[in-house]
Amino acid sequence: MADTPQLVTITVDGKQIKAPAGTLLIDACKNAGIEIPSFCYYPGLSLQAACRMCVVRIEKMPKLQTACTVPITEGMVVTNDSDEVRQARKATVQILLGNHPLDCPVCDAGGECELQDMTFTYGAAESQYMETKQHKDEQQWSPVVYFDRPRCILCYRCVRVCGEVMDVWALGIQNRGVSSVIAPNKGDHLECEECGACIDICPVGALTSGTYRYKTRPWEMNHTATVCTHCGDGCKTTLGVRRSDTGTEIVRGDNRDKSGINGDFLCIKGRYAFDFQQHPDRLKMPLVRKNGKLAYATWDEAFDLIGRRFKEVRDSQGGAAIGVIGSTRTTNEENYLLQKFARKALGTNNIDHHRTADYPAFAAAVAGKPELTASLHHVEKSPAILLLGGDPTEQHPLLAERIRTNIRLHGGKLFIVNDEEIKLRRQSKSYAHIPQGAYAKFFEFLSGTDSAADQLTTAGTKKDQLLAMRELLRKEDDLLIILSADIRGKDIATIVKLGQSHKKVRFMMLGDYANSRGAADMGLYPDLLPGYTPVANAGAFSEYGANLPKSAGLDTAAMVEAGRSGKLGALYIVGANPFARYNVQPGQTAKTFVVVQDMFLTETASMADVVLPSNNAYEKAGSFTNTYGDLQLLKKAADFAGSKSDFELIVRIADRIGFELADLVPFGKGVRADMGQSRGAQSGEADRHEIWLIANKYEPKMSPLDPSAIFDEIQRLVPGYDVSRLNLFSGNSVHSHATGKGTGAQQNPELIWPANDTLFTSGTLGRYSNTLNSVMEKYTGETSEVMAD
Amino acid sequence: MADLVKHADEIKVVSRRFGKGATNIDKYIELDGYKAARKALTMTPDAIINEVKTSNLRGRGGAGFPTGMKWAFVPKESAKPKYILVNGDESEPGTCKDRLILEHDPHSVIEGVIIAGLAVGAQKGYIYIRGEYRYLLTIMQKAIDDAYAKGFLGDNIFGSGKKFDAYWHTGAGAYEVGEESALMESLEGKRGVPRIRPPFPAVVGLWGGPTVINNVETLASVPHIILDGGQKFADYGPPKNGGTRLFCLSGHVNKPGVYELPLGYPMKKLIYEVGGGIPNGKKLKAVVPGGSSTYLLTAPEAEAINLDFDSFAKTGGFLGSGGVVVCDEDTCMVKFALRIMKFYQHESCGWCIPCREGTDWLKKTLIRFHAGAGVKKDIDNINYLAQNMLGRTFCPLGDAAAIPTMSIVQKWRQEFEDHLDGKPCPYENKGSIPEPAFA
Amino acid sequence: MFSEQLSKKFDKMVTNYPTKRSALVPMLLFAQDEVGHLSDEVIANIAKRVELTDLEVRNVISYYSLLHTKPMGKYHVQVCTNISCLLRGGEEVFEHCKQKLGIGHKQTQASGLFSLEEVECLGACSWAPAVQVNYDFHENLTPERMDKVLEQYAKK
Ligand SMILES: Cc1cc2nc3c(=O)[nH]c(=O)nc-3n(C[C@H](O)[C@H](O)[C@H](O)COP(=O)(O)O)c2cc1C
Ligand code: SF4
Ligand code: FES
Repeated sequence: MADTPQLVTITVDGKQIKAPAGTLLIDACKNAGIEIPSFCYYPGLSLQAACRMCVVRIEKMPKLQTACTVPITEGMVVTNDSDEVRQARKATVQILLGNHPLDCPVCDAGGECELQDMTFTYGAAESQYMETKQHKDEQQWSPVVYFDRPRCILCYRCVRVCGEVMDVWALGIQNRGVSSVIAPNKGDHLECEECGACIDICPVGALTSGTYRYKTRPWEMNHTATVCTHCGDGCKTTLGVRRSDTGTEIVRGDNRDKSGINGDFLCIKGRYAFDFQQHPDRLKMPLVRKNGKLAYATWDEAFDLIGRRFKEVRDSQGGAAIGVIGSTRTTNEENYLLQKFARKALGTNNIDHHRTADYPAFAAAVAGKPELTASLHHVEKSPAILLLGGDPTEQHPLLAERIRTNIRLHGGKLFIVNDEEIKLRRQSKSYAHIPQGAYAKFFEFLSGTDSAADQLTTAGTKKDQLLAMRELLRKEDDLLIILSADIRGKDIATIVKLGQSHKKVRFMMLGDYANSRGAADMGLYPDLLPGYTPVANAGAFSEYGANLPKSAGLDTAAMVEAGRSGKLGALYIVGANPFARYNVQPGQTAKTFVVVQDMFLTETASMADVVLPSNNAYEKAGSFTNTYGDLQLLKKAADFAGSKSDFELIVRIADRIGFELADLVPFGKGVRADMGQSRGAQSGEADRHEIWLIANKYEPKMSPLDPSAIFDEIQRLVPGYDVSRLNLFSGNSVHSHATGKGTGAQQNPELIWPANDTLFTSGTLGRYSNTLNSVMEKYTGETSEVMAD
Repeated sequence: MADLVKHADEIKVVSRRFGKGATNIDKYIELDGYKAARKALTMTPDAIINEVKTSNLRGRGGAGFPTGMKWAFVPKESAKPKYILVNGDESEPGTCKDRLILEHDPHSVIEGVIIAGLAVGAQKGYIYIRGEYRYLLTIMQKAIDDAYAKGFLGDNIFGSGKKFDAYWHTGAGAYEVGEESALMESLEGKRGVPRIRPPFPAVVGLWGGPTVINNVETLASVPHIILDGGQKFADYGPPKNGGTRLFCLSGHVNKPGVYELPLGYPMKKLIYEVGGGIPNGKKLKAVVPGGSSTYLLTAPEAEAINLDFDSFAKTGGFLGSGGVVVCDEDTCMVKFALRIMKFYQHESCGWCIPCREGTDWLKKTLIRFHAGAGVKKDIDNINYLAQNMLGRTFCPLGDAAAIPTMSIVQKWRQEFEDHLDGKPCPYENKGSIPEPAFA
Repeated sequence: MFSEQLSKKFDKMVTNYPTKRSALVPMLLFAQDEVGHLSDEVIANIAKRVELTDLEVRNVISYYSLLHTKPMGKYHVQVCTNISCLLRGGEEVFEHCKQKLGIGHKQTQASGLFSLEEVECLGACSWAPAVQVNYDFHENLTPERMDKVLEQYAKK
């Protein structure tokens, strides 16, 4: 790491401030609480000095200087607040407003517009300008991006964020002088990743979002910071919600406060693909199969039926006759609860989920060495990164952005070994195109087996290139190694072992879906309890009781097969669509009682006997673990009338089979819960739960429906999850450490099916996002037909 | 092509070979050509720079920066290659001299570039010529080819074992590209948007390498300085204002043309003697002393000033680019201000707010005002806007737009008042201008 | 797309600089001279030669006033009305051209023969008023002389 920078002292408006030499004056001031106005300056982007708002007087300099371009030096004396400076800024705003349409009352940015704020601050309200203003009709550049040219103040933030941060370069500046205009190629449509960063970064209402524009005013929304539900990166996204006919509707996603691991980054999915939440196909009532057809039913009817049938099957055929399939998008609390429910209440180890990466093998490889695992935070400043497989630009957009930012701002070196020509190679220092799946071979080569190189060459990569790359890599004594989901089993162990020849090395494992890692960590495996604890050796989980099944259960494929053959009495599927993946046809599971919890009538749900409408991640509280092991808190942002959280559904089913709830959820202990979190303040149900608790002689503390009631237990029992609660609850990400006890889950690579989602798909969920579909359509002419999760 | 003029007061240094067929390399050599480069090859870099310093040569592009000092800023050691960049973008209204040099004496520019290269340790020079001067590319291409053929350019220049390559480059219509950092951007194939400074081009310039940027006339003066000694050049002008300059006389004079006169020459003589006075015996109203970016002078001011950098600096003005534009008593100064602003509005690169929006606002206000729809507060507003552009913009183009505007509003305010209340412009259509008299 | 000669010239030009894109502005100008205007195909071709995106090339084109993406007249009449020309009748010459050619600023005759543009200083101030037809200078003009100039081109 660099030497500690030398601090210098400068004086601003008579106040002494210290900052590292070379810091830009604008940043030095901002860090000391002195605000210098700016439009064009944006931390991390290239300097423009175009807006001239940041002018200050610096002693011994002839003219006013732009604080955004001047690095501070010892003894610098600066005036930021004087008549001269205020006047200059006021005049700039006045000049700018000359041609600016003053349509603030109908502008989407009204209320959160930097130009409005600046006009207010510098009192440039009265107009000296009498000429007619330039008008231009608004343009739609893509399904999600609209451009209102007259409102643009040409700060070039959008151009830079698109090019420098996203490496997309879809926006340029056309014409010159007052005719200058921000424009995509050919002026009318974007060819890009549709990330919407340009909209987010626009200080005024020039770029607006197709999903949000003219829907509401910023002050009419509630803003809730939660975690994106789409990919394994886990961006924090602040959702703007407002009331709707069905509860509340999410109208906007952004992260302007930069408070999360993603800074202000979001990809198209995080920013816009929340619209599945209001999709008309969402289930609003339970469905029960009657006379071969699914028909609406009351909750009581549905729970009664499930409770009765589950109990029947368990009591007559034993827990082994029941299968449970969990989700990669439900919370850690829900996943933990589900496996506990399966093992403890149903007495079965037949539990699995859609596996997207070999986390058990990874956990085993890094067992006991938390220093070997990397958090997403490590990416930005790692001096060297080796990416083995994967296409982060498409599948892990945030990771890709962090890597690019590292290279752009911190000079990190990127080494890529891939069997495809991924886009990130544009940033790489060294890139090896190797044959399909030859990653382990590459490590063999890296560890010194020269002959392995002969099996690694391709048309694009010759042996001497490989040798040169190895030479460079060996010199790196602080390396971050990123393993794609294609690397599994003993290959992971080999790589982790060999990697440790570097002085300092960290690893991360790529997997898809928002909480795949959480599902794995929480023990949604037939042979692994939470924290990759083998079922045969339950350790701390012995407290589940003596009846805990000791032998491995069925995996997903086997459960589906057993369902087909009627060997399974009941199958309980939470937030997953396995029937699509395993091509189950209607009627094939007639002999099995199938219960599905989902938002939509998916292929799987349509074949079920009971379907319970469930909430999505934006409608519940809990936690997610991203694929790197970073744990973050989910906050309930929205409501959808007629659906319930999976947590609540599991608890209610447990209740109906007569299981003692206190043995499942350790509620009634600990702190008084924020019940609003589980039920939503608006619905008023929180109070009803309190009444229920009191009526049932429970202390009105944690409700059994409150996921935070079980978080204590997760922290207590799951290895690697004993993280700082304070940090987590204050909205930060905290790193958990996967640690396995022995070998991984059943060694069956076929059970690992990476989602292979692209930027514009998101498993089954993607089907219900009009935004993703409209963008897909724009590029391919077809809507997304995607793999099921 | 363009007509040449003569006057007895001229001291022909840079224009020495005009009209003498010096585009032919042999003719050029015959007229002492490439002697200076040979001489420079025998000198140390420091000696060359010192000679230029002694000459008191100041940049002819407009800013008047001492050339020797500029060269001395170039670091001796540099990891990246160094470059010489010739600014032949000549687009400042009123200026038409570089064109003549390139047309009549292209080798003097090449020779100047070679000498500058020897002085700072550069091995490549680019001669940037504005797009409108297409015919000059042919001339320059031939000159460069001939110089290579003679071994004056290439891997072993003048048999010295040293390398130097020269290239021409063309613009495509953009005044702002004359600004040195925008010039580099343009040469690098980009939009002509200036760069943030520091770093200055002498340290980080073309493709990141240290770069000397000089005007065509500046570099064309260099061979004479090396050959005849800096002192001789310095002695033509007053102290600190070495040499002669090509003054481009235009507007309301009987004998417009490009005249080479020593610095310090009285403006009054330039207009009335060299230029043959004002047509139709009219009175002088205003003078643009050095291209449209300079403060305009009233008749008394113009008649009192000498044409050198320091005389102008003393009055708070600028000598500028050598473009002297003379306006007679019937010139409408509002119209004049409007035409100037129209130019800057058209040429603003659009990068920064005060320049982009300010020039547009001023242009529109002036159009309305000149059309008789002005109101009294417009006058102060025009001045206010210009004042708030001055010193606030990203590059000096904003200043260049503000300076003439402010001086016109301040010095001819009455003419603005005369346009109020819907009155028609009181100055339009007052007599025609007779044929210019070329020698 | 381009003549062999121009293609060769381009191949040479990109080697004159440390970066290929440095040749961009001259290339665009020469391409325009040969093809007439910078069509989408020309842009794509040149973008490839200098290893830029089409968008980047468009950004550059739209900055420079001599570069056009739409066809102009065979003879593009550019009348300077900047200060030196203004003082010596540049506007009259421009008005005269408008009348004579029946087109206005930045317009092209239906026949495609002439197009007209009021331009900024051409660097002919001492020989004002000046006009450029394509790349040829015509100086010290009066409306009458302008007629002769136009005739000369119409006859060509
Ligand atoms: C807007 C603007 C336009 C300029 N145009 C020219 C020009 O056309 N030719 C020129 O030589 N210098 C021009 N300059 C001055 C150059 O920036 C630079 O000072 C000059 O080329 C340096 O050469 P010199 O020191 O030999 O004068 C211009 C400056 C500005 C701000
Ligand atoms: S990168 Fe992943 S987590 Fe972040 S916004 Fe996109 S889909 Fe959501
Ligand atoms: S923030 Fe400094 S000029 Fe815009």
